[in-house]
Amino acid sequence: MAEAKPAPRTAADASGHPWVVSISGAVAGAVVAAKEFAGQVTVTVAREKIVEVARHLKDAEDFKYCVDVTAVDWRDRQPRFDVVYHFYSFSKNDRIRVKLGCADGEEVPTIANTFLAANWSEREIWDLYGIRFSDHPDLRRIVTWDGFQGHPLRKDFPLEGIDTGAAIYPEEWPAGGGPPRDDPNRKVLS
Amino acid sequence: MSRTPEQDEADYFAARAKAAAALHNPPARTVEAPKTLFDVTEMELNFGPQHPSTHGVLRIILKVDGEKIVDAIPDVGYLHRGTEKLFETETYPMAIPHTDRMDYVAAATSNHAYCLTVEKLLGVEIPRRAQLIRVILDELQRISSHLVWLGTSGIDLGAVTPFWYCFREREQILDFFEEYCGARLTLNCMRIGGLPFDLTPRWAEAVRAFIDDFPKKIDDYETLLTDNRIWKKRTVGVGVISAEECVEWGLTGPVIRGSGVEWDLRRAQPYECYDELDFTVPTGKNGDTYDRYLVRIEEMRQSAKIIRQCLDRLEPGEIKGKVPRVIKPIAEEVYASVESPKGEIGFYLVSNGTNKPYRLHVRPPSFINLQALPRLARGHLVSDLVALIGTVDIVLGEVDR
Repeated sequence: MAEAKPAPRTAADASGHPWVVSISGAVAGAVVAAKEFAGQVTVTVAREKIVEVARHLKDAEDFKYCVDVTAVDWRDRQPRFDVVYHFYSFSKNDRIRVKLGCADGEEVPTIANTFLAANWSEREIWDLYGIRFSDHPDLRRIVTWDGFQGHPLRKDFPLEGIDTGAAIYPEEWPAGGGPPRDDPNRKVLS
Repeated sequence: MSRTPEQDEADYFAARAKAAAALHNPPARTVEAPKTLFDVTEMELNFGPQHPSTHGVLRIILKVDGEKIVDAIPDVGYLHRGTEKLFETETYPMAIPHTDRMDYVAAATSNHAYCLTVEKLLGVEIPRRAQLIRVILDELQRISSHLVWLGTSGIDLGAVTPFWYCFREREQILDFFEEYCGARLTLNCMRIGGLPFDLTPRWAEAVRAFIDDFPKKIDDYETLLTDNRIWKKRTVGVGVISAEECVEWGLTGPVIRGSGVEWDLRRAQPYECYDELDFTVPTGKNGDTYDRYLVRIEEMRQSAKIIRQCLDRLEPGEIKGKVPRVIKPIAEEVYASVESPKGEIGFYLVSNGTNKPYRLHVRPPSFINLQALPRLARGHLVSDLVALIGTVDIVLGEVDR
């Protein structure tokens, strides 16, 4: 088998990448950092500029397909959350990753009015991380139920669940769900 | 002047396609609609959470005007199991069985997408034999997933017969999987860096015999449906969506190809050994339910062709690349995706340098495709909703995760 060249194992600075230059040229003060790893370009942008960046990527750079929106919780970092967008361009046949930092309680401008596909993904982030998206057309919980307390994918949310008040047979299934508190095999994430 | 039934039928379909096209720009209502029996023009109707056509637990709140759908609001989450939370608590190899349980009719492609993501982060090269076997498993899985789709969406529209034939062939494929890895649905059939087991020559010959026979079976399904007048009346012009709108809604897989976009990750961004295989990416013209049906039928033929090519190329060799015993990637982030039977399934992985993923997010095709259901359903009749749920081909385990 041919000896394949291994992918570079450290991220390289990508501030000279044409897409990054294009973004920083069109939206002043938007780009905070840019890196490239395993052939994937990641651009970190300012939180309040995301709609302009998304609009620019869609119209000028032809990234017309919003693949995915998600978030990452860095519990001890400031700002606490990353919101991560993936866009794909059919003409370039390539993806770009756009990230922004967001502190707990801060609102992120929605891109659901620019990319219809982002609507449910942003609802999912609100549901699981508790990051609000301003001007979102329909920001309701999506996978947990209305009235659920807490945001399960946050790192400080316990793995075994919380007391939702939904216990039907408390003598059989202790409140809070999951294994009993005195179970030696009980796993706590945080 | 006499007209043949064929002319009548052609006129009927032309009128239906025209009506469907008019849905894109419905004329503004100038006259107030007459009050109905109950003195309301709109009613809310609960579709599900348990309904024979949802094949899972999906609730749709329908706003109907008589029999016409004004709006459809999907309510998902009944199968939410917190898979992404579980990923964070377990080591990298332990996540593979969880990916089976998302799209449980196409577990191999979920396994594949996850393994590909971790391999990308590790920078591992996969041996050629493992690549070929992965492609064989993927394509067998694609055929079996499309067979489930064909059988069940046929049954939803009243075509009961194809179901039995589809499941007869699917049973054979599941037997192949059982012989390969011991499981029929939740396969757990790939490992980071390669595969858990090698193929036996007997298995390869049995698959070849099945594949040689399979195109004739597809012809049989087609005699039951493709020119069937009832099937066409239920599917032609139903759920028309243009290529631009598909991109806007993020629709992938057979849905975007049914609207005429020749986009398939196996061709656009080839992974494993797809770049050297000879296959075509089928596309539709009208972007309706019928065209998506034709696309999926043709995809099954192409999958059979791909499997035959891979079996021809199989040579003895390693099935696992050089992967460390304890997988501890560097603190970085990657995204990788494969073409699942439903569309693009991708994994976004953030590592913090430990032996557990810090964050592993799934980009599920079913979840994103289901989002466009209200757009597809608006203006159609309630009975067409059953056809539309079938045509986007969702698996609720993947929608809710």
